[in-house]
Amino acid sequence: MNGKVVYENSSPEFTSFIKAAYKHFETDYSKFFKMDNLSKLAFMAADVLLPKDKTLASNQQNMAIVLSNRAASLDTDRKHQESIDNEDNFYPSPAVFVYTLPNICIGEISIRHKLNSENSFFIFETFNAEYLWEYSKSLLNTQKADEVLCGWVDFDEGEYEAFLYLVSDSGDYLHNETEITRLYLTR
Amino acid sequence: MSELRKELKEKIIEQLNLEDIAIDEIQDADPLFGEGLGLDSIDALELIVMLDKDYGIKLADPKEGKKIFESVETMATYIAANRSR
Repeated sequence: MNGKVVYENSSPEFTSFIKAAYKHFETDYSKFFKMDNLSKLAFMAADVLLPKDKTLASNQQNMAIVLSNRAASLDTDRKHQESIDNEDNFYPSPAVFVYTLPNICIGEISIRHKLNSENSFFIFETFNAEYLWEYSKSLLNTQKADEVLCGWVDFDEGEYEAFLYLVSDSGDYLHNETEITRLYLTR
Repeated sequence: MSELRKELKEKIIEQLNLEDIAIDEIQDADPLFGEGLGLDSIDALELIVMLDKDYGIKLADPKEGKKIFESVETMATYIAANRSR
């Protein structure tokens, strides 16, 4: 976070990694284990970045969330598809089905941090700094939000990536396409 | 019947992803919803699917679930009386 490693785990498998991270950060949120992989990833990334007391200061209550990825909710969509493929074994899981939209992960973050703010989820082939920059800038300029939690959270077939950043009128970094791309590539 | 109650507790923990709860922490008469295990509406739907998939019981009226899913005890009693698997 901000260029510093806050947690390391060599586990190649996502389920082990995210569960260990959940415990490491003493997350204490039982609904976490009901989430799909994309939501777990987005939730933990946001949880590390946002204040630890889980109740944002009043000036952060108007924090918009703008996330993006490549695979949408495809990983969970496949699980749902498998459960309805066979007419003789047709038992779709409601708990899986509710995650067959990528923006549900925004809902999980919003519930956790009590946000009732603007939010959007975009699908791009690759990380699109220009679009995120323009969109979050517009939210701030039109006073739709005081701050924007922005970034990329992607999960597909065991491969995953999360990059989140906060945009506001004041901060440690310039908010432009070049800087966003530089931060995204700094890993 | 006690075997069925144990089986139900295992299934509830596994299928509803109750990571933080062990079998012996669920008492037979504990409320499953609200102040008990704190299950939610999606969990209720999962339990309806579980009745169908594992015990061959189709609930014609989802409202029936309120009584059936009060506790592991009520679930076990209903399943024992109505199961086809």
